[in-house]
Amino acid sequence: MSERTTASPVHPAAGTSARKSWLSLDNRYIAPLFITCILVGGHLSFGMLESYQKTALAIVASIATDTVLGRIFSGKWPNVASAYITGISVGILVRSPAFWPYVLCSVISITSKYVLRVKGRHIWNPSNFGISALLFLAPETVATLSIQWGNYLLPMMVIWALGSVIIWRLRRFHITGIYVVSFIAFAFLRSYITGSPWQSEIAPLTGPMYQLFIFFMITDPRTTVRSKKGQCIVVFLVAFAEFLLRLHQVVYAPFYALFIVGPAAMLIEMWMDSRRSPSVGARAGASAANA
Amino acid sequence: MKQDRTARIIVSILFVGMLAAPLVIKWEAARRGRGGQANLDAQAALARHGFYFQEVSHAAGVNFVHQAPTLDPQLAPIMPQVASMGASVSVVDFDGDGWPDIYVTNSGEGSKNALYHNLHDGTFKDVAEELGIADVNQPGTGVSMGAVWGDYDNDGYEDLLLIKWGRPELYHNDGGHGFTRVTEIAGLPPWVNANTALWFDYDGDGLLDFFIGGYYSEDVDLWHLKTTQIMPDSFEYAKNGGRKYLFHNLGNGKFEEVSAQAGINSRRWALASAAADLRGTGHPDLFIANDYGVSELYFNDGKHFHDVSAQTGVGFSPKSGMNAAFGDVLNDGRYAVYVSNISEDGVLIQGNNLWMPKEGTAGDGLQFENLARDLGVELGGWSFGAQFGDLNNDGNLDLYLTNGYVSLDRNRSYWYDFSKIAGGNSIIIIDAKNWPAMEGRSLSGYQQKRVWLNDGAGKFINVAQAVGVTDTYDGRAVALVDLWNRGVLDAVVANQKGPLLIYKNMVTPENAWIEFALEGTASNRSAIGAQVTIYWNGQQQRQEVSGGSGFAAQNDRRVHFGLGKDPHVEKAVIRWPSGKVQTLDHPAVNQILKIKEPA
Repeated sequence: MSERTTASPVHPAAGTSARKSWLSLDNRYIAPLFITCILVGGHLSFGMLESYQKTALAIVASIATDTVLGRIFSGKWPNVASAYITGISVGILVRSPAFWPYVLCSVISITSKYVLRVKGRHIWNPSNFGISALLFLAPETVATLSIQWGNYLLPMMVIWALGSVIIWRLRRFHITGIYVVSFIAFAFLRSYITGSPWQSEIAPLTGPMYQLFIFFMITDPRTTVRSKKGQCIVVFLVAFAEFLLRLHQVVYAPFYALFIVGPAAMLIEMWMDSRRSPSVGARAGASAANA
Repeated sequence: MKQDRTARIIVSILFVGMLAAPLVIKWEAARRGRGGQANLDAQAALARHGFYFQEVSHAAGVNFVHQAPTLDPQLAPIMPQVASMGASVSVVDFDGDGWPDIYVTNSGEGSKNALYHNLHDGTFKDVAEELGIADVNQPGTGVSMGAVWGDYDNDGYEDLLLIKWGRPELYHNDGGHGFTRVTEIAGLPPWVNANTALWFDYDGDGLLDFFIGGYYSEDVDLWHLKTTQIMPDSFEYAKNGGRKYLFHNLGNGKFEEVSAQAGINSRRWALASAAADLRGTGHPDLFIANDYGVSELYFNDGKHFHDVSAQTGVGFSPKSGMNAAFGDVLNDGRYAVYVSNISEDGVLIQGNNLWMPKEGTAGDGLQFENLARDLGVELGGWSFGAQFGDLNNDGNLDLYLTNGYVSLDRNRSYWYDFSKIAGGNSIIIIDAKNWPAMEGRSLSGYQQKRVWLNDGAGKFINVAQAVGVTDTYDGRAVALVDLWNRGVLDAVVANQKGPLLIYKNMVTPENAWIEFALEGTASNRSAIGAQVTIYWNGQQQRQEVSGGSGFAAQNDRRVHFGLGKDPHVEKAVIRWPSGKVQTLDHPAVNQILKIKEPA
């Protein structure tokens, strides 16, 4: 969820044209702008934030950590857009009466980028890692947003429409689309297996948590495989893993599914790259390390 | 390169440390809480905490077990969670003999409510049947959800306002010898799905008025559903609940419904309400705790209510409000408000709210901040009723909280399905037929209660297990009352589909106390709204006679102050609802003072 901005899909050649360069810059900040709009709109209309302070704390902690670690490991000041998204995601998704989870989740998320690396690439989506870790380690203090932002149709439609346009522009709509279709299919299958009303199986998808999950987290370019076909397969497997977890009544199934499937897919891709041609794998690793 | 590797090792170690941090925090919290949670015998509890509870309901002759209603068959799959309220308790001295009695509601169709008459010897006798207020849950009339008592005609005897999912009822107390149903004469509506009500004299005319807060919409008959779309349209922002009623006492046995004129138009899902004068205006302000949404606070100018929820800070961060109780927890003459919510490990951590007045704010600029975490009263499971009271007479208000929602199969939880549907869109969540069947599963069942002891230094410590509160029933209502005029607060707890519990309190005799039994003359005779401030040992504490607080509960109308060891009481100041101020210099301690409002 944190990497959308720095991995603009715009081709490097586009940088030669001033217009395209401007567009590229624009693309880098589309996701932060969108998520900020979600935050501001959600809070002004529904008071969705636990508190301003907690969200601000998450953002500041995220940016500060990324700035320090980026400076240490790359020797230059990193672009803060990525850390901003991580922070704001933590600020929205984490729900706790305490302050410390917001700081800790942000710091763990960002640090995971620098620590959990294979061949120069980090393999977990940072905020997915941080949130999953806290949900697992501190369930008595931390929950995630699952019921905030009202349950009304209009905000949902607006976010889905805006999110779809943006994700289309960033050429990753296929990931969101495959996931949504898979989720719905698996929802009906779960309904058939468990006897629960199909509406209740579809219900999570219509909630605010999923809006963030499907537009930001599963589409993160840095922690998804590179080929379009591979992305489709992986996101289907995320939905399938979630299906299995939901059959076992795991409340935070989507986070855990991505936590499990995402890195596995990355590792498989790296392994296949290295088998195909050692130089390709090395180049991919070097490229990712410099990104 | 070497530097880079060193940095990576250091950051990796820090990373592991951060992952371990929640576990360390959890371990430390558990270690700190262990002291207050150890089971102690009575003597050890008295020595360590200054009090001990003993559950005495059977010995006291009280064998009441609450029954839940059976609603429309269309709700059968989720019946345990829909039919999950109705156990209530209210304290009243209905015959004016100076000994508090207990009224409890039942909610099964055809079941009977009970009025336990205090026999002064440690036992009670149910007299509801003979006095005519037992058989109030007949099919077609709805079932009881709560009751509050107030002397609306100032004849010296407390009258009964009974709220139901169904037809609300008003019973006139005929001199303590019987009750006459005056519902139609009083002008009550034919059907309200209510879970909260209170008596207060909002306009200061010396006559008690009353407020009723609707939960389900009043056009829903839960036994004969026209549609299954009766559930909240949002888990945290729902506005499709029942309407609110404000009945102005006309003084001739009749009431006029004036909520719209007075400015109360909410359709949130009210579960609890309480009134107190928060600004020193002489008029009681109204606090409403709402399920599926934010709480509401109305400032009362004596004629109109002004919604100040947002400006005061309490109308922020929607939760599942189930309790409203006022308490001067810092002994500074200002009331905090305690609102209970839901906390379930790994699923939903709303945390309860302790709304404390912000430093430097007062009057119309009054603001609140939630300090439940700082003071240690935040996590109480699926919390329901809670009341403030000085349980060990040390001079600080403690907090008794009951909890637990649906206790069925201990090994199977409904939480996964609950969280699934709660996050869904309004068109899904609003329809009961879309909710997964409970199939005998528990939802935050079998929970341990909280008895939070105020250390007087800004912290509360849970000592429930240590002081003998060990039940795990699905608690709903709590009332604190000096049942046997001993100068201590006993606790009476109403449990959903469970027994009525009477926790008799044994308090260390070293700590002094004083109680005030007030009777209004120019003010309403129940003295509801009268404030007593006691000044002792360089500190003060303020309490107010309440016409209903907590969840579906009403405490003893007498106000009780613990004073600690060897207190030097400077004075007690009574501000009557009429505005009269009465000062008692150096009142003697360890007594119940009966005070009549001076002419």
